[in-house]
Amino acid sequence: MSQPVFYSTIGIGLFCIGLYALIVQSHLLRRILAINIMGSGVFLLLVALGGRGTTGIPDPVAHAMVITGIVVAVSATALALVIMLQLSQTSGRAQQPDKSQDSRH
Amino acid sequence: MDTVSLLLFSYDCLLALSLLWISWQIFANADLFRSIVLFIAFGLLMALVWVRLDAPDIALAEAAIGAGLTGALLLSSLARLDETAMSGKNISSGLPVRLTYRSLLTLVIMLVGGGLAYVIQSLPDEAEGLTAVVIEQLNNSGVSNPVTAVLLNFRGYDTLLEIMVLLLALLGVWSLKISPISGGPPAGAMLDYLVRLLIPVLILVAAYLLWVGAHAPGGAFQAGSVLAAACVLLLLAGWNIPDSISSNVLRILVILGPVTFVITSLLSLYFNQHLLAYPAAYAGQLILLLEAAATLSIGFILAALFLGNDPSAGDSK
Repeated sequence: MSQPVFYSTIGIGLFCIGLYALIVQSHLLRRILAINIMGSGVFLLLVALGGRGTTGIPDPVAHAMVITGIVVAVSATALALVIMLQLSQTSGRAQQPDKSQDSRH
Repeated sequence: MDTVSLLLFSYDCLLALSLLWISWQIFANADLFRSIVLFIAFGLLMALVWVRLDAPDIALAEAAIGAGLTGALLLSSLARLDETAMSGKNISSGLPVRLTYRSLLTLVIMLVGGGLAYVIQSLPDEAEGLTAVVIEQLNNSGVSNPVTAVLLNFRGYDTLLEIMVLLLALLGVWSLKISPISGGPPAGAMLDYLVRLLIPVLILVAAYLLWVGAHAPGGAFQAGSVLAAACVLLLLAGWNIPDSISSNVLRILVILGPVTFVITSLLSLYFNQHLLAYPAAYAGQLILLLEAAATLSIGFILAALFLGNDPSAGDSK
């Protein structure tokens, strides 16, 4: 398996793990972690596919896009964390309520 | 396969398996603190993967921003969460979804992943991409590092918008008025001495990364994140930064980068009729000026995101 295909598959794997965790986890902090991991998977895919060139130099546009993406991801994470803190201050917890228990009461 | 390529392939497999295992462990763990620490380790492993993929600029950015700063933000949020949450502090688990729904979700996600993998498999093995176009124009760009040329010259518009996004996130954080990070215990003598030793070194490393970005891996974002790391270290060691820097100085530093970019784009629109089209003779100097302004802004925006509250919020009282 060539290196681009290998690392693209790993990137897809990370994206799927993050997506599953985003849907299943109830705590907001873990959901933020899941989004970050999905982002890392996508970046890995981009850069791995950018390494398919015939000359030895990888695609610099893909690298620039990923650096931009990392910075945007950290700013989105910071804002999401503050929103989560605000939510926990007003509602007392940072977890999605347990609906299956509510329906039994 | 000869020995070297076999060794490299086993190194790749080791990295890949560690990445997948750590990302699974982040969510299978009940303790949130442990999950965050595993996430920081994940970021550092990703930095190794970037090096393996011949992307040293991304490796520097991921280690500093993705692992370091994001980890610091997550840990300080967890500390504040423990102060405000009423119950169930560190324990969190998944929604008690029924097994059938979980297996259905797993099936759907495996289908999605399989479809993506099939698409990747069907792509051509060799694709030129934009490498040739960038290398051809590299001499006109003013720098010799292709990634810096793309970031600051060819796709300067993206970098302009990216700095605006950082500023927007900071405005969002400031407008939500959460409580500042609690002081914590005063720094012991060892930490204080280490901080006094490290901060000048960190500032020097940031300046070096800024300068060397023109011809080697480095650049404004990496330098800005090292600067932000220095500020975060000062905050964690108990130095009272918010009181000693007046809020006006912080605001000027924070908008310095975006304003420089906007002025440059307006001037280039006026003189060259194209957005962010630099005159070829001065492209190198202009890029350095933009990067210096961007480094200061990025550093202080990231540090202010960690601090969390508007330093001028106390002035109105």
